[in-house]
Parts: sequence; C-alpha cells; structure tokens
Amino acid sequence: MTAYLERDVVDVAIIGAGVVGCALARELAGYACSVVVLEQAPDICEGTSKANTAILHTGFDCVPGTLESRLVREGYALLAPYARAAHIALEETGAVLVAWDEEQAGALEGLAQKARDNGYDETTLLSASEVYQREPSLGEGVTGGLSVPGESIIDPWSVVAAYATEAVRAGVRLHLNTRVRAIHREGDVHVLATNAGGVRARWLLNAAGLSSSVVDGLCDHHDFTIQPRRGELIVFDKLSRNLVTSIILPVPTARTKGVLISPTVFGNVLLGPTADDVSDPAATATTRDGLSRLREAGRRMMPALLEEETTAAYAGLRAASEHQDYQVRRHGAENYICIGGIRSTGLTASLALARHVVGLMVAGGFEAPARARAAVPQMAPLGESQQRRYLDDELIAENPAYGHVVCHCERVSEGEILDALRGDLAATGVSGLRRRTRAMNGRCQGFYCAARVVAMMAEATGSDVATLTGLDG
Amino acid sequence: MSHEVDVVVVGGGPAGLAAATRLRERGVARVLVIEREAQAGGVPRHCVHPGFGLRDLHRSLSGPRYAGELVRRALVHGVEILTSATVTDVDAAGVSLTSMSGTRRIDARAIVVATGARERPRAARHVAGDRPAGIFTTGQLQQWTYVEKLPVGRRALVVGAEHVSFSALMTLRHAGVATVAMATELAHHQSVGGAGLFARAYARAPLHTSTRVLEIRGRRRVESVVLEHVHSGRTWVETVDTVVFTGDWIPDHELVRRGGVVMDPGTLGPSSDAAGRTSIETLYAAGNLMHPVESADVAARGAREVADAVAAELVHRPGGTQPWVTLRCEGPLQWIWPNRIMEGHTPPLLRVRTKDFTAARTLEAVSVEGRVAVSDTLRRTTPHRSLRAPHGIVTALGHGGIEIVRLV
Repeated sequence: MTAYLERDVVDVAIIGAGVVGCALARELAGYACSVVVLEQAPDICEGTSKANTAILHTGFDCVPGTLESRLVREGYALLAPYARAAHIALEETGAVLVAWDEEQAGALEGLAQKARDNGYDETTLLSASEVYQREPSLGEGVTGGLSVPGESIIDPWSVVAAYATEAVRAGVRLHLNTRVRAIHREGDVHVLATNAGGVRARWLLNAAGLSSSVVDGLCDHHDFTIQPRRGELIVFDKLSRNLVTSIILPVPTARTKGVLISPTVFGNVLLGPTADDVSDPAATATTRDGLSRLREAGRRMMPALLEEETTAAYAGLRAASEHQDYQVRRHGAENYICIGGIRSTGLTASLALARHVVGLMVAGGFEAPARARAAVPQMAPLGESQQRRYLDDELIAENPAYGHVVCHCERVSEGEILDALRGDLAATGVSGLRRRTRAMNGRCQGFYCAARVVAMMAEATGSDVATLTGLDG
Repeated sequence: MSHEVDVVVVGGGPAGLAAATRLRERGVARVLVIEREAQAGGVPRHCVHPGFGLRDLHRSLSGPRYAGELVRRALVHGVEILTSATVTDVDAAGVSLTSMSGTRRIDARAIVVATGARERPRAARHVAGDRPAGIFTTGQLQQWTYVEKLPVGRRALVVGAEHVSFSALMTLRHAGVATVAMATELAHHQSVGGAGLFARAYARAPLHTSTRVLEIRGRRRVESVVLEHVHSGRTWVETVDTVVFTGDWIPDHELVRRGGVVMDPGTLGPSSDAAGRTSIETLYAAGNLMHPVESADVAARGAREVADAVAAELVHRPGGTQPWVTLRCEGPLQWIWPNRIMEGHTPPLLRVRTKDFTAARTLEAVSVEGRVAVSDTLRRTTPHRSLRAPHGIVTALGHGGIEIVRLV
C-alpha cells in the first residue's frame, strides 16, 4: 500500500461504527486527542446494532458479578439522562416477567434475588390476577409474574446517531466504506491497511462487533470466537399498541432470555427474538421456521396480537462468544484493546463500556488531557411520546416543510427527510434514511411514499436511483 | 353549535370526489375534501392504462384522465379540495389535520371517510428471507414508473393473479422490465376470463397457480426467489431482481378504527350499511374502505349513494331509535357487505366474497337460531372478487332474526 487515508499518525483508531464504536468515539471526544473511526459499511449502525429489541435494560437478569452486570447497571444510569438530553425517544414502560406454569412461578423468587444480587431492588412479585390487571390481553394460563419497573424502551438507532454526531462535531473523523484488511506493528504504532488507504495509530480499539474476533486475529490474538446468534423479530401494526402496557418477558433459560412482547417507542409492538446459532456472520435473513415459531409463541402469549397485521419482520445477529461475559481485554504492551462478545445488552451498557475502556487506556499510559465536551446533539423527535414534527405548529410556522407529511403511515414530514439527507451524518442509503426518519417503515412499506422518498433522496444527494436500489451491481 | 363546513370528506380518490360532487348536487352548501397527496384523484392517477370510468362516466379513460375528470367535476360543482393536508384524527364532530399551514380542527355536521385500501406488502404476507432493494407493491411500482420515472429493474416476479396483478404486468412492460413469471397460491387466477392467456401472450410470463413464495434472497438487491408448489411440495428458484406483491388488499382503516368505529372482522373495514352508515351516527364510510376492493368506477358509484343518504340525513336525521342488526357470514365466505343493516329494512344489495375457490354454491339466509329461511345458488365464487347475492337472500335479511349468510 502506498496511499495513507490519514497522513499523520493518529492517537486512536476505532474499528467499527456500531453502538460500541460510536460510544467510544464520543467518550474520546472529551479528550484532547486525534481519533478516527473505520467502518466497513456505508453508514453507521449497519451491523449488530441495527437490529435488536430496543430495550434499555436494568440488568436485573444479568449474571451477578460479571463485567456485563456492572456495565449494564452503570450504562442504564448514564444512558437514560443522555437520551433525555438528546431528545431520543425513551419510555419507562416497565416490564412484567410472566410465568406460564408452576415451575416458572416457582423460579420468580429466585429471579428477584438475582436482581438484588445485580444491585436492582425494585422488583415485586405479582399474582396471576395482578398480571392480568396490568396486561389484560395476555393469553390464558398465567401463573404469576415479577414486575421490573425500570425496564424501558428506547429508539436504538438515534442513540448511535447521537454518539456519532457528538464525536464528529468534536473532530473525530469517521471513515465509512473502509474495511480493515491487515494490521501490523511498526515500533509503537499500529499500521492498518484498508481498502481506502493506510492508517497509523498509537492506540487501537477493536469494536468490530460480529467481526471482532476476526480483527482480534489480525492483531495475532485469538482469545475468543464470535458465535453469531440470530434473533428474528416481528413488528406488528400500530393498531396493536394498546394491547400492551409494558414489556412482557418470559422466564429466561440458560441459553436465551426467550421470546418477549414489547411496545416500541415508534408505537408498534415487537414479538421476538428467536435465538439460533448460525455460522455466517451475514445471515440476517428471516426464516420460515423462525417466523412460524414466533407466531406460535406469540399466539399463546397474546392471541389478540396475532390478529393484527404484520408491519415488518427482520433478523439481527448477536455478537455472542463462547464466554458468559463481555470480552474486554487490554493488551498492554501493544496499546490494543479488544471489546468483543458484546451481546444485546451492549446498547444499554454502551456509555459505561466506553468509560471503562478509556479507563483501561489511561491505566495503560494514555495521557491525553480531558477537555470540555460540546453540547449534547439534539436528535429529531421520532417517538410517539414526543412531540412529532408534523404536530409542532411553532416549527411548521418557521419551516412549512415540517407540516408536509410525505410518509403517511409513520407521519414523516418532508422537512425531516431533508434534514436527514444533510448535516453531519447525512443518510447515505435508503436503510439509513429509514433509521433516521422512520420513513417507509410503516404498515404500507412504501406503497404510498417510497417512490417520492427515493426520488427526494436522489435529488438531495446527487446519487442515482440505480445505485440507491442496488441496480448498479 | 357552529360548524365550519357541512360535510368533510377524508380522502380525494374516486369515492371521496364522487361523494363530494353528489353532495353539492343535492344542495349541501359547504363540502370540503381533504387529500393528503399534492393532487386529488387517488390511485387512478398512477394507472396509465385505459378502462377507467366505464360504469360511472360511461366511457373508457386512462387512470390519470379519469382522476382529472373527477377532480374537474368536483370543482365545477363547488366542492372545496384541500390538498397536501393530512387528517390525523376523525371523530363524530369533525377532523383534525396538519398541513404546511400547521395543525387545524375542522368541525362538520357529517364526516365521510373514503381512505381507500392498500395492497399487503411482503412482511404482512409472512414471506421470509433477506430484505434487499427491489421489493414492490403495484401501487409503489406505478408511482415509481409513471410519477417519478425511476429505474425499476430487469427481471421481475409478479406475486398474485387478481385484476391489479395484470395491471402490474403492463406497468412492468412499460418500464422495460421482463416479467419472468406470475405466481398465485390459489388454484386459478382471479381476474376476468382469459387473463392467464393474456399474461402468456402479453408478457410471455407463465402463470404458476397453487404456488407460493417461500423466501426472498439477495444482499443489496433481490437476487432470487424460492417458490413452492403447495400440493406437491416441489420448490424451485426464479432468478429475478424485482418482486412485485400485488393485490391482497386491506382497507386503510386506521382513522376510523382510532376514531372508535365498530369494525367488521371479515372486510376489516368499518361495520357499515349500504349507505355507508357506521356505528357513529355522523360518520359515514365510502368506497374501498368498506370492502376491498372494487374498481374505481364501482367505488365512485357506491359513494354517490352514500352521499344521497348523508344529504338526506343532514335535513332529517332519523335519530337513535332505530335498532341495528349486525350481519355475519359462515362457511367459506370471507365477508359479506353490507354487514350492518337497520332492522326491518331490506338492503338494496348484498355482496359476498370467498376466501378460496370452493365447490360450495348454495347460499343461505339463516336465523340466529340456525333456521334456513331462504337458499339460492351462487353462479361463481372467486376469491379477491365480490359478487352480488341472489335477490331472494337479500330480501330475507333483517327480518325475524335472519342475520347470518352461509355458503355450503
């Protein structure tokens, strides 16, 4: 390789722009140092971070004493106020863990104890009738429940976007479409070969998610193996939202937290996830078997939900490893930290995880002085508990495009779509635009608006529609 | 109580425009149509083929010309049309809306909801697989092709074989896309006679009946589709970059459902009588919201009858004394409509539709106790297409507890 993507040696290179990589970039924006983020996809939040259950976890059901347990608890306390400050949709719906037989009912007291061991004291045991009082649409056969009032729902995409925006505004350089192919050491410096040119960095942070064990291998470490675990989810029509009050959790097994029913901040209801080990780290297709298992489980839990229309179905891959806990390791001599095995709790833990990693860096000799942070970015209000733009008369008076609804199912205005197509982290593709605005994510899936929205995107970004819709291959 | 308008019509498609025009013809002073798109006219605006207007304007027009003619007639008759305005809520007293002028409340003495129907997209049909670009509904395809003039793809599979599916074939050809095949889960196509031959001759596309889509594959773009013959279990792969999910219409019922209107479990539209009366006295439904899906001219004609009832009831509302009967259906019927009638009143017609092709041909009017009052023969049953029930069945309904229509 001859060309350098970064002319100067940077202080820190982060591989991966998912929730962990972006949280690291945001944390490091509070230090006087140069930081680059290398992301192989054309946008942030394109890997494991884009498809999860969108829950802000209290950590009540973590394995006590693990790093995950501590970081989820601390991350919860950090992310809730951050989300409020950044206008990211967050609803403290609470959760009810529901037992469906006597054996499960018998396990509830143990789960309450486990919650206390995780530092969470707010759970209360519920009788079957108390469960039905809270969640009258549940199917027959409930034998008891455990209330977990702190469990909340959140807009997972805006969290990543907020971190990235804050980082980029503070001078962090984000290189998209940049895949790291090889890594070697020259003296004190990591030399990264990418498809876009070389990058030299004093510190290397591996936040590559599903690829984290591959990147670990590029650094000659083989501490763990990512075993992608696919989770399929079904999103139900907004007209089902009033069937559900809180997050409805099953009694977990050793392997998985099981199939849950959860409201979303966008006003839908989510059913899932499945948990199936797959070998292909790109196997994000839904399966006939997975979807039918979900529908079967959902029909038992809440028959009325299955009468409603399906809006979307998707699959995400958890970056699970063979270990029970997060795999966060500093290789001291090399100034390399691997942050791997971050499962579905990574969204909740992200801010605490980033703080933990920078703590490891400081302990390892990272000496950049702290500096003042920029203001928390203000994200577009996408949640149903927020004041949406199309109802905001003051804003519409200033810019009438916010009163012009383009995506009717999700009530996304022309103004919001144009906002997402410019600015610090403009959408580069159709799926990125969906995550930033909700456009085309509704019940008609583009029957009414997709042609207009894609045409707007082509006009605003100068890209051609064939490229935006994958017809260039 | 002061009203801003006499009647507000939600939706400026064929049904909404026809209802509004008729209301003005009947002397209603202030009629306002609210349309969320920049132009009124509804779905026909994107259907660039002839055959529109046969049953209401008595000539064959292209979709856009038909839509334009309905708008012109409405304006000539003094209907006000507000475009690029989205109704966010309806209730018994009026509507709330948002537009580039901000949010607004409009009170009305009567509300006619004509929000139409949409095609079920891929996920609603539980089709598994990847989520690449290249997956359309007919509505999306037609706007893509005729309105925005965007590139579609090269090789397409059309899913469904009802009227609109053949419209999708024509759009694909116009867009320069080769249709590789059509596939329907049902045993025959559900359009007019000869449609299968038409598909073969026009698009050189075989029609695979009893065939369902199992899975879509492709990373960025659709690469292939896995199909299965439902009886033999044989599966095969079609290499395409475009999939068009056609038909399988569902009413766009969000506003009426949120407004608290009682819904019908068969049509998934509001429970309604032939004049569009719903469970909320001042709120009427019109067009394909009530029972998907009829052609534009049939929807428009039905909406004129709704308008007649609205106009009459603005002058004299019968009041809440009249008991209503909810009709229901049994056997292989998917729905009947009207599904709500005034007790003792014979509906002017009854439309029935089956879920599947069936050998059952005997239609019965049955009492709540299970007594068969009348039975008669249906000449055909075609899923996705309604047909009118024999007169004898219709006249029996609503008298002496005859509330069930059964196909055996």
